Amino acid sequence: MFSGSKVNILTAIVFKPARHRIPPYILWPSVLVIVLMTLPLFYLVLRALQADWATVQHLVFRPRNLDLMLNTLRLMFGVAAVCTAIALPLAWLVVKTDLPGRRWVTLLAVMPLAVPGYVMAYALLSVGGFHGVSALWFGVRLPRIQGYWGATIALSLYTFPYLFLNLRAALHGLDANLEESAASLGYSRWHIFRSVTLPHLLPAMLAGWLVILLYTLGDFGAIALMRYEVFSYAIYTQISSASDRIYAAWLSLMLLAMALTFVALEAFVVHKKKYARTGSGAARQARPMRLGWMALPAWLFVLAVVLVSLGLPSLILTYWLVLSPPDISFFTDVPVTFLRSASAAIPAAILAALLAIPVAYLSVRYPSRLAAAVERTAYIGYSIPPLTLGLALVFFSLHTAHFLYQTVPLLILGWVMATLALALGPIRSSLLQTRPNLEESAQSLGHGPLSTFFRVMLPRLNRGVITGVVLVFVFLMKELPITFLLRPTGYDTLAVTVFTRTTEGMYAEAAPFAAAIVVFSSLTVALMLSRESKR
Amino acid sequence: MNSALPRHRLQEPKANHDDSAAAQPAAADKRGSMQNADPAPLLQLQQLTKRYRAEDAAAVQDVSFDLHEGEILALLGPSGCGKTTTLRMIAGFETPDAGDVLIHGRSVLELAPRDRHIGVVFQDYALFPHLNLLRNVMFGMQQVPRAQRAERAREWLQLVGLATFAERMPDELSGGQQQRAALARTLAAEPRLVLLDEPFSNLDAALRESTRIEVRQLLKKAGTTAILVTHDQAEALSFADRVGVMQAGRLCQTGTPETVYHVPETAFVAEFLGHTNLLPCLAQGRQAQSPLGEINLSTEAQGEVMVSLRPEHLSLEASPASDANCEVISREFRGHDNFYRVQTAGTTPAEYKVLAPYDCVLPAGAPARLTPRQPGVILRG
Repeated sequence: MFSGSKVNILTAIVFKPARHRIPPYILWPSVLVIVLMTLPLFYLVLRALQADWATVQHLVFRPRNLDLMLNTLRLMFGVAAVCTAIALPLAWLVVKTDLPGRRWVTLLAVMPLAVPGYVMAYALLSVGGFHGVSALWFGVRLPRIQGYWGATIALSLYTFPYLFLNLRAALHGLDANLEESAASLGYSRWHIFRSVTLPHLLPAMLAGWLVILLYTLGDFGAIALMRYEVFSYAIYTQISSASDRIYAAWLSLMLLAMALTFVALEAFVVHKKKYARTGSGAARQARPMRLGWMALPAWLFVLAVVLVSLGLPSLILTYWLVLSPPDISFFTDVPVTFLRSASAAIPAAILAALLAIPVAYLSVRYPSRLAAAVERTAYIGYSIPPLTLGLALVFFSLHTAHFLYQTVPLLILGWVMATLALALGPIRSSLLQTRPNLEESAQSLGHGPLSTFFRVMLPRLNRGVITGVVLVFVFLMKELPITFLLRPTGYDTLAVTVFTRTTEGMYAEAAPFAAAIVVFSSLTVALMLSRESKR
Repeated sequence: MNSALPRHRLQEPKANHDDSAAAQPAAADKRGSMQNADPAPLLQLQQLTKRYRAEDAAAVQDVSFDLHEGEILALLGPSGCGKTTTLRMIAGFETPDAGDVLIHGRSVLELAPRDRHIGVVFQDYALFPHLNLLRNVMFGMQQVPRAQRAERAREWLQLVGLATFAERMPDELSGGQQQRAALARTLAAEPRLVLLDEPFSNLDAALRESTRIEVRQLLKKAGTTAILVTHDQAEALSFADRVGVMQAGRLCQTGTPETVYHVPETAFVAEFLGHTNLLPCLAQGRQAQSPLGEINLSTEAQGEVMVSLRPEHLSLEASPASDANCEVISREFRGHDNFYRVQTAGTTPAEYKVLAPYDCVLPAGAPARLTPRQPGVILRG
């Protein structure tokens, strides 16, 4: 009933201007995307509103929520600060200076993407403490790294590459004329950096921060392992101890509100600061700055980052695998678990790409209010915290589609919602590079829409589609929160196995699965980097 | 229903295949002037109207014209005049708000672009980048049995002089070659009508002229009916059998290039097709009182009229100050002629443009005598 009337309104919007009538094979999948993205949230709200007003007041205005919010803000601030402190110097060194081995530094700065937050948390946790690596290996008992600092470091080390990539692209796009004209006006290097370079990096910085903050808000693996009390941790304890579903729903809504606030804030700031956009076309590259003796401290900085972000997890994993090898049966479990993850991740990745094609078509070829709405809703699943999304789907399946509860199809549905936007990006940009003339030519040469799509458009799009599928697949092989909430009992993916064993302190038993994730992710990150450099 | 279109459309345009290319323009002119005698033109536009947004002015307003077999029509106008929109409505990429498009007397509005058998050559050629030249040409040859397509495609490439490039990819061709390849692809589909949307505008000036001549010859050789959309008046005048001038969504005038140029109906047409002088006159039959004195008129009229005189329809000669009626403001030497701007003396000074022979050299400020050599053309509106 609800979705029915909604569809009617949509079709009314679509057919009224009738300039370009949207063909049904594009319209209906797009409408499906809107329904898919909004329906579970509707159920989340429904569930939250089941409580009477007194209960709601009791749930929302308890002092604990304020603590949770402050902790969440502290964590977000800490992660953003640490990420900036790592990513900004790295990006500047790689783009603007003659640092020897810049290509390698770029690679090493992106590789930590292969070490998910919960694996990093696992590595950090197993350093200190009575049964920690330092105690067992060196006989030195270090304090356990956990709580606020543990969570901040684990999340920063995983997410700083997003900021690094954004800043690197922005620095590459910076027109050298700007900086050089400032230099010719007699400004010092530091002054130029502050007054010319930095303002132009702002949009990239904001975009990078937004990704990091949304990730921090939504992450739950590292938080739960580090036992730091933020919203997602509270939701986790509510769910795992199966106590109060309504409280969990309200916590998810608060988390969602925070995420939306940041999205809106970023949009607002970027909108205000239009000047910071660099123009189109290839900007001239400045001559790299000569570092001289400064190259040594620069490399020491790089080395320190690499040692902590890549060296530490590698070392810990190696330690557990080699010096304290787990039972051989664990190694045979790894391939089975890997296949279990892949068997759901592959259909989800293909489905996400299939749904992204009509959405991309609609937004590129039939720009309208409907197209903008569809595109925006496609990003809902990506930007809302995964725990919120997962919980919404739990409520949806319990309320309306009980046969889906704790099944693989529901998990795939959740994954598709979370990653549709990820697949949309490359498909959309490859569609943008294909002029509508090509389609019109094919039509005037006597080809119908299907023939045109398969013979003209798909050959142009296949690169974007493949990139989209790969991006989603890699993302899902590491995905934890949605899997944790939606998987059928006993459906342990690699991520879930690492998480549950680490929470039980079984570091050695978790090692092979964590290693499998890191190796698989490293390979795919390296593959994507090499494709990027070939372009 | 319209879906049962004649599939044997190939035979139709072949009638004048063997006519020599040189004889064609004259034949087309004759056809143009005898429009009403021909019962069913190939293409008819009836009051075609299109509005992109309800609150905007119409992009195309009441455009009507007929196009006959083998004829080439140029739609000429400044950018935004609706010529491309008109073309897209004929092709079926846009739906008109009112009016009709008829092919052989039948409405094609309900037909999808692919069922109209109208070929389109785009401004940027729109060759399929993932197919080589041969496959591009074969793409539209669905009417040809599969086994013969490659061979026939090679013949089309031969015709446009690209036979040796059959295996090349589109991005390995120059602009002019891509242009001809796009034409070959369109012709190979054997359309009833070919639409050319600013096809020469992406070529540099030197290539543009030679390609224009080649394409015209190719179209004439194939007996193709075509519509060219352009904002370049020289291109329209030299390429088409008939020119239609559009302004703000309306078709102001159609006719042979010579008619449209020499006998413009409105000031807009007169000025868009080249330089002209507009003279407010008081007409009495074939004579009129003009700021330049008594002049002849091409048609009879009475009362106040606006008259167009092209710069080459005026003559300028050095004259003693006592006899002069104007003063030279500037001279632009153009090689084969001199382009003057002069100002008339008197109570209401006016500026005139004059095209004088190469040997008529007068310095700025010199007194001169300006006289009309041809009857003036009366403009509407």
